Amino acid sequence: MALAFDEYGRPFIILKEQDQKTRLRGIDAQKANISAGKAVARILRTSLGPKGMDKILQSPDGNVTITNDGATILEQMDVDNQIAKLMVELSRSQDYEIGDGTTGVVVMAGALLEQAERLLERGIHPIRIAEGYEMASRIAVEHLEHISQKFDFGASNIEPLVQTCMTTLSSKIVNRCKRHLAEISVKAVLSVADLERKDVNLDMIKVEGKVGGKLEDTELIYGITVDKDMSHPQMPKQIEDAKIAILTCPFEPPKPKTKHKVDIDTVEKFQTLRLQEQKYFDDMVQKCKDVGATLVICQWGFDDEANHLLMHRNLPAVRWVGGVELELIAIATGGRIVPRFQELTPEKLGRAGLVREKSFGTTKDKMLYIEHCANSRAVTIFIRGGNKMMIEETKRSIHDALCVARNLIRNNSIVYGGGSAEISCSIAVEAAADKYPGVEQYAVRAFADALDSVPMALAENSGLQPIETLSAVKSQQIKENNPHYGIDCNDVGTNDMREQDVFETLIGKQQQILLATQVVKMILKIDDVISPSDY
Amino acid sequence: MAIEKILKDDASEEKGERARMASFVGAIAITDLVKTTLGPKGMDKILQSTGRGHEVTVTNDGATILKSLHIDNPAAKVLIDISKVQDDEVGDGTTSVVVLAGELLREAEKLVAAKIHPVTIISVYNNVCLFYRLRMASECARNALLQRVVDNKENAGYAFILYYLPNVLGFDKEHFAQLAVDAVMRLKGSTNLEAIQIIKKPGGSLKDSFLDEGFILDKKIGLGQPKRIENAKILVANTAMDTDKVKIYGARVRVDSMSKVAEIEGAEKEKMREKVKKIMAHGINCFVNRQLIYNFPEELFADASILAIEHADFDGIERLALVTGGEIASTFDNPESVKLGHCKLIEEIMIGEDKLIHFSGVEMGQACTVVLRGASHHVLDEAERSLHDALCVLSQTVNDTRVLLGGGWPEMVMAKEVDELARKTPGKKSHAIEAFSRALVAIPTIIADNAGLDSADLVAQLRAEHHKEGCNAGIDVISGSVGDMAELGIAESFKVKQAVLLSAIEAAEMILRVDEIITCAPRKREDRM
Repeated sequence: MALAFDEYGRPFIILKEQDQKTRLRGIDAQKANISAGKAVARILRTSLGPKGMDKILQSPDGNVTITNDGATILEQMDVDNQIAKLMVELSRSQDYEIGDGTTGVVVMAGALLEQAERLLERGIHPIRIAEGYEMASRIAVEHLEHISQKFDFGASNIEPLVQTCMTTLSSKIVNRCKRHLAEISVKAVLSVADLERKDVNLDMIKVEGKVGGKLEDTELIYGITVDKDMSHPQMPKQIEDAKIAILTCPFEPPKPKTKHKVDIDTVEKFQTLRLQEQKYFDDMVQKCKDVGATLVICQWGFDDEANHLLMHRNLPAVRWVGGVELELIAIATGGRIVPRFQELTPEKLGRAGLVREKSFGTTKDKMLYIEHCANSRAVTIFIRGGNKMMIEETKRSIHDALCVARNLIRNNSIVYGGGSAEISCSIAVEAAADKYPGVEQYAVRAFADALDSVPMALAENSGLQPIETLSAVKSQQIKENNPHYGIDCNDVGTNDMREQDVFETLIGKQQQILLATQVVKMILKIDDVISPSDY
Repeated sequence: MAIEKILKDDASEEKGERARMASFVGAIAITDLVKTTLGPKGMDKILQSTGRGHEVTVTNDGATILKSLHIDNPAAKVLIDISKVQDDEVGDGTTSVVVLAGELLREAEKLVAAKIHPVTIISVYNNVCLFYRLRMASECARNALLQRVVDNKENAGYAFILYYLPNVLGFDKEHFAQLAVDAVMRLKGSTNLEAIQIIKKPGGSLKDSFLDEGFILDKKIGLGQPKRIENAKILVANTAMDTDKVKIYGARVRVDSMSKVAEIEGAEKEKMREKVKKIMAHGINCFVNRQLIYNFPEELFADASILAIEHADFDGIERLALVTGGEIASTFDNPESVKLGHCKLIEEIMIGEDKLIHFSGVEMGQACTVVLRGASHHVLDEAERSLHDALCVLSQTVNDTRVLLGGGWPEMVMAKEVDELARKTPGKKSHAIEAFSRALVAIPTIIADNAGLDSADLVAQLRAEHHKEGCNAGIDVISGSVGDMAELGIAESFKVKQAVLLSAIEAAEMILRVDEIITCAPRKREDRM
C-alpha cells in the first residue's frame, strides 16, 4: 500500500516506517470511527434526563468524582481513541458556549452516527450523507426558531427564570432542593447582569463550597467570602463600615529587583540600618492608617513585627489572599489594588458595610465574609453539603443553572423540554425530506430518526416503554398540532410540557443540533486513519 | 468488527448491574467493618500503620478507623468521606453515619434486585427523610420538658456524656463526663475547642486525670530564674530573641579586621541588651516567647529576676494570650499601650516525672487544661479521642439544647411512624418506605448485638413497647433489657442525630444513582530506585 514502484520497477517508500504504523482505509475506517463515537455516546446515554444515573470516575490518583454532567464525565475519562476525543471536544465546546446540554449533544451525535452507519451499508457516499445532514440540521434549527416562544421576566418577575433553572437542575443529584438552588442561581445572575446590554459576566459570581451542614443551608451572599482569617488572633472579628486597603505589596522590607549589596563594616552603619528597618515598618503601617483604612487585605505575608504593629494600631489585616479573590474584592468594594504603600490614597480604598469572620464546625475552619459592598455586583454562592463529592457535583450543577439563566438573559426565547422540541423537529424534518430529490432524501430522513433518539433515551431512563411512549407522543403532536408534548419523565400524569413548566433555552437546543451535526460531518469525511501501532 | 477500544490501556469500565454491585459490595464491606464498634459496648480495632515503626493505634472511633484505611473501592471512599465530614462538623456520630448509610444501601440492594428503579428508591428515601426530620423536631419539642428535668438534676450535658464515652474510659465514665462538662461550661457558649488544651502524660491511671482551672504549659523554666511568681505580669511575645538579624534584603557584614568584628559583635550585643531593656520596661515579671531565647538574653532576664519561657508552640501562645488577657507582641517601643496578661500565680509543678509550668488564677476563665493520665500511649490517645467527641457534642449542645433520648429510642419511634406511612402509601413506593424503616431498626439491633444481647428478642420487645403512645423505652445495654431512657438519663444531641441522618441519606443517594464506574489507569510511579 504505502510502497510504490517507479517506472523502472524499483520500489520506493511513501509512508515512513510503515511497519510501525497501523492503517485503516475506506469503509473500514469509517465504520471503526463510527463505532468509537457510538461507544462514547452509549456511556452518556443513561445519564440523560431527570432520572438519569450518575457515573463514578476514579482519577489516576485515586480521587473519586461522582457526576452526571456529560462534559465532566468525558473530560475525566482517560480517553485514548482519536474519534472518542473528538466527542469529548464536542461536549466541551457545548459546555463553553452554552454551559448546559452537554450530555444531550453527545447522545445526539451518537444517534446521527448510528443512522449514518446504516446509510453507508446501503452504499450511500459519506459526503452525500454529510450534505443531507447539513440540510436537515438547517431545517431543524429553523423549525426550533418557529416553535420557540419569548417569555418575559424582569428583576421583579423571576419565576420563569427559576422554572428554567429547575429543569436544568432536575437531572442532577441536587434534585431534592432544586427550587432553593434555582432561586439562588437566578438571583445571583440577576444581581450581576447588565439587563440593558443583555450581558452577564459570570466571573462576578464566585461559587465556594465547604463540606458539612446540609444542602439546604446553601446560601447566596451579596458580597465575597475569603477562605482566610485575620492575621493576628486577637484582631477584631467584625468590622462595620470597613474601609479596605487592598495591597499587593508585602509588609516586609523592600526587596529591590536590581542586584545589590549593603555592606556593613562599621558599628554606625549597623545601627543606622537597624533604625531604618524599624522606621520602615512603622511607615508602612502609618501610611495605611493615615489614609483612613480600617482593614488591610494583602496578597503577601507579614513580618511578625509588622503584624504586631498592625494589631497595635488597631488595624485588622488579612494576609495571603489569592490574586483572583483580591480582584473580586476590589470590584465588589469599589477599591483599587495598590501595589505600593506610597500610592495609597483615600480614594483607592474599598468600602464594605460589614466584614466578619465566621467559624464552622469543630475544627478551626474560619472564613471571612465581606458584605454590603459599595458595588454589590459581585456575589458568592456558598454551598454546603454532606461530603466532598456532593459539593463538587453541586458546584457543577450550579454552574449549569447559572449558564442557563445567563443564556435566557441574552436571548429570552425558549423551547419546551422533555424531548418535545426534538420530536417536533423530527416531524418537521421528516415532512421536509420528501421534497428533496436524490440520495440526500435518505440522509434527511435518517436525521429525523436520529432526533427521535433523545426522547427515546429520556423514556428509557425513566423506566417507560421507549418505542410505545415515543410513538404515542408523536402521534399526539401531529394530531393536535401542538409541539408542547414531551416525555412525562417524572410521572406527573400529563405530557404537556407547558403545564409541567419544563423548558430549555432556544440557543442551547440550536447549538446542540448544530454542533452535533458538525462533528458527525467531520467524522464521516475521514477515510484514512494512520496511527502508530502499539509498541 | 471488533469492539473499538476507547479508553486507555489500564483504564477499566464497569457498567450497569456490575457497577452497582461493586459499589454496594464496597459500601457494605465498610459498614460491616465498623459495625462492631457501635454503641456503648462496641469493640475496638487495632490499626497498624504501614509507615516506619509500624505504629499501632487502638480505637473504636469510626472516623479514625476509616481515615487509616487504604481503600480502592470508590463507593467505600464516599462513606469514608462522610464520616470525616461528620467528625469535622459535629465531632461525633462518625460510626453511626456510616452504619446508617450502609444499612440503607443494603436494603436498597434488595429492592433493586426486586426490579425497583434506583431513582424511585432515592425519591422515597428523600421524602421519608424529610418526614423523619419533621417528626424528630417535634419529638424534640416534647423533650424540652424532659430536658429541663435533666437540667435540674445535673449539669446540662452530664446525662448523655454517659452515653458518649463508651470506649476505654468505660470504668471511669462518670469522672470523665464531669471533666468534659466542666471544660465546656467554661467556654461560655463558644464552640472554639482550641481553648481547651489536652495534655497527655503517661503514668498513673485514667482516674488521675484532672481538669485544671488555669493553664499548663509543657515547658521548663530557664535556669536560675524564679520558680514561683505571685501576681505575675506576663508579656506574651512572638519575636526573635536569638540574633535579631537585619531584615533588609542584601545586607551583609563585610569587615577587614578582627577588631571590627569585635565591634560589630559588641553592637549586636548592645542591640539585644536594648531590646531586653525595652521588654523589661513593660514592668513585667514573666516573658513568654514563641521563638528561641538565646543564652545571652536569658541571662539578662535571669539577672532582672524575670521568668523567661522560650519556644512555646503557636497554639500555646494563642491560648496563653486568651487566658491571661494579654496581647501577642512583636515590637516593644511603646510599653504603655501593650496589654499585659495577668495571673495570680505561676509555679512549676510536677506531673509524673515531668516538670510543667502552671499558671493559675488567670483573668479570663475561658480556657482550661485537661491533663490525661493513663497507663500507655494507646490508652491516652484513645482517651483523647473520646474526650474530643464528648467535648464536641457538648459544645454543640450548649448552642442547640434540643436533645433526643438515646439507646435506639429515636430509631424505634421513627421506624414505627415510617411503617405506618408505608401502609398508607399505595404502589411500589411502599416497599422502599418499609426498607427505610428496616434500615432504621438495624441500628438498635447492632447496638444490642455488640453488647452480646439477644437482639431479636430485645428489638421485638422494644417494638411492642413503642406501640404505646409516649413511650420512652430504649435498650439499656448495662442491664441488658428494655428500659426507660428518660429515667436512665440517656440522651443524644439532636444536632448530631440530624447530621447523621442527612449525611447518610446523601451518601446513599449518591451511590444509588451510579450505574457506571470508570477507573482511570493508575498514575505510574516513577522508579527512583
